[in-house]
Amino acid sequence: MDSTTVKASETSTTSAPQGFDMVMYRIKKHFTRVDPYLTIIGIFLWLFAYWVLCEGLKIWRFDKLPGPVAISKDWFSTTPFQGISIFTQEYYDHIVVSCRRILIAFGLATSLGVPLGLFMGWSRSIRDFVFPIIELLRPIPILAWVPLSILLLPGFEGPVIFLATLASFFVTTLNAMLGVDSIDEEYFRAAGCLGSSRWDVFVNVVVPGALPFIFTGLQISIGVAWFSLVAAEMVSGDLGLGYLIVDAYMNNVTVPMVIAMITLGFIGYFSSACVRAVGNKLMEWHVKELNQQGR
Amino acid sequence: MSSSSKVKTGNTKTKAAPSDSALVTLDGVSKAYGEAWMSDEVLKDISIEFPAGELTVIVGPSGCGKSTLVNIMAGFETPDTGSVSVDGKPIQGPAKDRMVVFQETALIPWQTTLENVTFGPKMRGEKKGASLKKEAEDLLIKVGLGEFMNKYPIQLSGGMQRRAELARALINEPNVMIMDEPFRGLDAMSRSLMQEFFLQLFDENRKTNIFVTSEIDEAIFLADNLVILSNKPTRVQKVIKIDLPRPRNYKMLTSAKAFEYKREAMELLHDEAMKSFAVAK
Repeated sequence: MDSTTVKASETSTTSAPQGFDMVMYRIKKHFTRVDPYLTIIGIFLWLFAYWVLCEGLKIWRFDKLPGPVAISKDWFSTTPFQGISIFTQEYYDHIVVSCRRILIAFGLATSLGVPLGLFMGWSRSIRDFVFPIIELLRPIPILAWVPLSILLLPGFEGPVIFLATLASFFVTTLNAMLGVDSIDEEYFRAAGCLGSSRWDVFVNVVVPGALPFIFTGLQISIGVAWFSLVAAEMVSGDLGLGYLIVDAYMNNVTVPMVIAMITLGFIGYFSSACVRAVGNKLMEWHVKELNQQGR
Repeated sequence: MSSSSKVKTGNTKTKAAPSDSALVTLDGVSKAYGEAWMSDEVLKDISIEFPAGELTVIVGPSGCGKSTLVNIMAGFETPDTGSVSVDGKPIQGPAKDRMVVFQETALIPWQTTLENVTFGPKMRGEKKGASLKKEAEDLLIKVGLGEFMNKYPIQLSGGMQRRAELARALINEPNVMIMDEPFRGLDAMSRSLMQEFFLQLFDENRKTNIFVTSEIDEAIFLADNLVILSNKPTRVQKVIKIDLPRPRNYKMLTSAKAFEYKREAMELLHDEAMKSFAVAK
């Protein structure tokens, strides 16, 4: 069933392929598994269903939506009928603005949230001091903050970044704190027994031990950051993919609206993958642990 | 034997204890958890002397508070009454002169085997750099982990993890080693290999060893002195001096003398285990 198993004789006699050969070997191995085909078939099935609903049968209400053919015609056209394609500067302006905002917001949320969460997990008194407030503010929906953020901060940029930062910050902080809670007491005891100072324990036990939770949190938080960024851009914005969606809707051009949505999907996917890659780089031990469990 | 009387486990062995091992004394140690009106009394007036340079095994029915006793001797917890002292000096929290080898492995998973071993000296800033690395490598080679220095603990087998943990404790040159059921969870084969290996190490360095277990065979095989605990609230039931020659091997366990020790220990433990069994029902 599992065709990835390499024959024992091969592994023992041949040496590992180098450079480009290794890349080719990995690609070949990847495609001997079943999953990529399932993925490809899955994508086509979903696209086909979308096409049938909107363009093939034009089922009631779905006939108002742009189908895959209309979208891809415009998206990859040098002269897009509804104004947005991969050849128009405007498309990239929106992407760049949104990405820049996410970088700032996610960076701020991470650099504030991770240390705060770690300290909250590490010190009972810091937790008692901060945690109730965070728990009180956390359930407030991010859109409820919109008026306040517009009152508080000038211009378009401030409120939008503030909202994305806030949403992302809560997720990151909470996960970093839970990450410290998840560390087995034995490791603290072992470190104490070996003569670590409180700060040594923080650096060598608390931080690395909380990393798996932190990175799970960061993957969620970058998603949440995108979510609230787009919401904020739709309410108060001058540029950005969220603004593009609501602007297209107002002007009754539906194709750019969907293009912006799909673009958001791709960028979101890519940003989570980046966070995951950085995490795996930092947590070699954790990756090995998961591999050991066959995951 | 009355629980409050002072129990002396020391014997008249002629072999002198090395100067770097220490006498550990528990004097009237009691510990209870919970509020005063519904407290769970775990340890009751425990007094034991662990002679310097000898291997004393503590054995007791499961759930009798052996780990609490370990935590108190290590300095992770403080007793409600009584005191723990090393060479007459009361202990103050965990310290490097009393190394603990934990029940389940407590190797730090995000450090390689080598990093785990060098962790203690590095933290205390005593040794560092190449000389520390060399020392740790030598120690790891000695415990048979020469090829696994740069592996993470998860990549080692259970037996290897215990050996790495022994190395991590030994590099700190402790006066006292406290072993809390260190071989629990190992399969029978690795367990008996680890016991022999552990005795080898003990014969070489003769630290004061306090070894906690719930296995009678293991206890008799290892011990100079066998301390038998009761069911909760835990008292010392009896101390048996195990007079088997060293170095030991497994054949000794089938000797008449060893059988006699085992019979005595089992009778004491069986009665206690029955009590806790009845309570559980």
